[in-house]
Amino acid sequence: MTQSVVVQVGQCGNQIGCCFWDLALREHAAVNQKGIYDEAISSFFRNVDTRVIGDGGSISKGKIRSLKARAVLIDMEEGVVNEILQGPLRDVFDSKQLITDVSGSGNNWAVGHNVFGSLYQEQILEKLRKSAEQCDCLQCFFIIHSMGGGTGSGLGTFLLKVLKDEFPEVYRFVTSVYPSGEDDVITSPYNSILAMKELNEHADCVLPIDNQSLFDIISKIDVIVNSGKLGKTVKPKSLVTSSARALKNRQEKPFDAMNNIVANLLLNLTSSARFEGSLNMDLNEISMNLVPFPQLHYLVSSLTPLYTLADVNIPPRRLDQMFSDAFSKDHQLIQADPKHSLYLACALMVRGNVQISDLRRNIERLKPSLQFVSWNQEGWKTSLCSVPPVGHSHSLLALANNTCVKPTFVELRERFMRLYKKKAHLHHYLQVEGMEESSFTEAVSSLSALIQEYNQLDATKSMPVQDFPRLSIAM
Amino acid sequence: MEPKVINQTLSKAAQSGRWKYGQHACFCQKQGSGNNWAYGYSVHGPRHEESIMNLIQKQVEKCDSLSGFFIIMSMAGGTGSGLGAFVTQNLQDQYPNSLKMNQIIWPYGTGEVIVQNYNSILTLSHLYRSSDALLVHENDAIHKICVKRMNIKQISFSNINQVLAHQLGSIFQPTYSAEGSFHCRRNPLGDLMEDLVPHPEFKMLGVRNIPQMSENSLAYSTFTWAGLLKHLRQMLISNAKMEEGINWQVRPPLSGLPALGKMSFNKELHFNTSIANLVILRGKDAQSADLAGFKDPALYTSWLEPDNAFNVWKTQRAFNKYEKSAALVSNSQFLVKPLDVIVGKAWNMFASKAYIHQYTKFGIEEEDFLDSFTLLEQVITSYYNL
Repeated sequence: MTQSVVVQVGQCGNQIGCCFWDLALREHAAVNQKGIYDEAISSFFRNVDTRVIGDGGSISKGKIRSLKARAVLIDMEEGVVNEILQGPLRDVFDSKQLITDVSGSGNNWAVGHNVFGSLYQEQILEKLRKSAEQCDCLQCFFIIHSMGGGTGSGLGTFLLKVLKDEFPEVYRFVTSVYPSGEDDVITSPYNSILAMKELNEHADCVLPIDNQSLFDIISKIDVIVNSGKLGKTVKPKSLVTSSARALKNRQEKPFDAMNNIVANLLLNLTSSARFEGSLNMDLNEISMNLVPFPQLHYLVSSLTPLYTLADVNIPPRRLDQMFSDAFSKDHQLIQADPKHSLYLACALMVRGNVQISDLRRNIERLKPSLQFVSWNQEGWKTSLCSVPPVGHSHSLLALANNTCVKPTFVELRERFMRLYKKKAHLHHYLQVEGMEESSFTEAVSSLSALIQEYNQLDATKSMPVQDFPRLSIAM
Repeated sequence: MEPKVINQTLSKAAQSGRWKYGQHACFCQKQGSGNNWAYGYSVHGPRHEESIMNLIQKQVEKCDSLSGFFIIMSMAGGTGSGLGAFVTQNLQDQYPNSLKMNQIIWPYGTGEVIVQNYNSILTLSHLYRSSDALLVHENDAIHKICVKRMNIKQISFSNINQVLAHQLGSIFQPTYSAEGSFHCRRNPLGDLMEDLVPHPEFKMLGVRNIPQMSENSLAYSTFTWAGLLKHLRQMLISNAKMEEGINWQVRPPLSGLPALGKMSFNKELHFNTSIANLVILRGKDAQSADLAGFKDPALYTSWLEPDNAFNVWKTQRAFNKYEKSAALVSNSQFLVKPLDVIVGKAWNMFASKAYIHQYTKFGIEEEDFLDSFTLLEQVITSYYNL
């Protein structure tokens, strides 16, 4: 079994990361009744005997003593990380796996990337190497960050290059929170575009997310739950949206529910690699199947169902509803409409008591309404994991490599150009060593090239499927 | 190349209480091949060559008289397909006098893995060079059998695998070696090859069996050999994959007239021409079954006499709760249409260069793809022209 290391950078990254670890612990607690440290837990946690002084001797088998997350926490301000370390999860994190500073990046990509990057490069490398050494077989780095700020955006993407050089064989999956339309950080377009260039070049797979979509999803759930339409069959607070703390206190922080959705995304993504099932899917298969060309590695994700029904025997119609929902634009974690755009590839990761015939039936049912690129008409990758998520009997994660990400990028570029034309706030960036105007122009052209590739693919959408002439054999 | 499934398999076998795998008979790694044929073939293959071949050597040494190897693998993934092809090649080099039959799983048409067409054509072309026969099972066909015949509501992979295992069992369970003799066939693998693969260009074998029904229906049915064999023969001629929905309109060409089946490349194939057929009868009164229908020369190509092209194995012993059952292993045009479809899809993807960078990363270049396409187009043409 393989291990993954989570690197959470910046305020957003660390807050999401915190929700993720909380959920991961609960999931493993629900599955692992005997308290034995097994392969599934080891993918995200180390088993440590805290009585041993020094490095904390790692134990590979036997009972669980103390679990430590395979994580590196990075933030250039102390607030968020300190809060985590004082909260209920403080024992899960290894105090030596933190990198913090005091002053923050001031929402400036250049400060995060160039200043803090060079300042902390050695330390970062050291912590990453340490995490990697503690893994038997490291397969993947999960980087969680936001694009609009300074630290997550700048230092987070600086990290990508470091990871690529130092661990070229390990996959880099990036969960990026993109700025919404009404973002409160004025320079977020600059930060995002500068970060996009790095993502284009150094990430294996990017899962873009935006706050507006998460917020819409949460609102919708609240409406359904509170309207009483479904009556007693719906549990008031589903585990998709709430952490354990919130369930008890009923007093949630504003982003908690939204972060939980992202945490669920990450858990479902790795579930088939950690738990058994009839059709397993490892993380390297995600990259292999969903990335047809190296540049086009942006995957739109959607998660269903979002609320739990108390009824355990789910009739097939509910199951089918789950599949239909995964393709509706209301369930996507980014403002996108995959149904009306062109699919390059699609992966369906199912958890719980679902069989291959259900899966196939739904693929047959949904296929006619979806448009796939001409050379990948049956571009489906499927996986079945028998362990359902906590509190649900089954769930579905759909990952789509679809041209519907294009509008997000186009909009981002427009917002960037509005600022750039006026040279607004540019001096904050240019006064950082190593930044020049060319950095901006290069970043924009990198994004434009990406948009152009998506445009070309879209152009083939309405053309009839043409078979290329085959090799002919002389008899 | 990853541990979960092997662990499951070993524990399931041990739980049955009647048999289990040898303790050291398994080899696994941690990371899997990521559905990447190139990774299975070029990375895992050479890296673990020695360990794997040693394990095989140990098993070989325990045999009294080795007739050959039966390699079970799928075509869509990375390890089964890539590493499987690599191991088959090694077996050819190391054990040149042993026969090799590969049992390959043809993936579902609507995709389990997006790059399955690439993986399939690479596998098939490599196996065609190093294996002696390819016994093919199509997921779609077996799935339909489960749906239509076995009356299973929610089909899982274990249902599918059971049907498959039944088909394999009906081929490889012991049969008698000659009429009236009491000796069991000594070398089923060798006999299979001898009966079914007369020419190295034609290696693809398909299996049909009859009857196929759920256990509940069995109690209410009786069978006659005549009925079973009539259906089986029509399944062969019309290329039906299961007992239901057989097209009875298809008839073999009348002797003397040009065969209806000999159509040009792109037209629909109606009549299924065979190179060789093997029918295996298991059950009461197997000796009395009349197989003349299978000896009709119209069923076969012109370059083999029906006496050579058709063989039959019999045993009185019933198999798996069926009072009478018959299996047909056929080297015929069964698989040419699916092969054509897979090559077509792979070619379209290849023309757009999609996913190619994932393969070149590990040493499989565009040339290797082109070689595979060429070989398979050749095979398709040969089969179409039977």
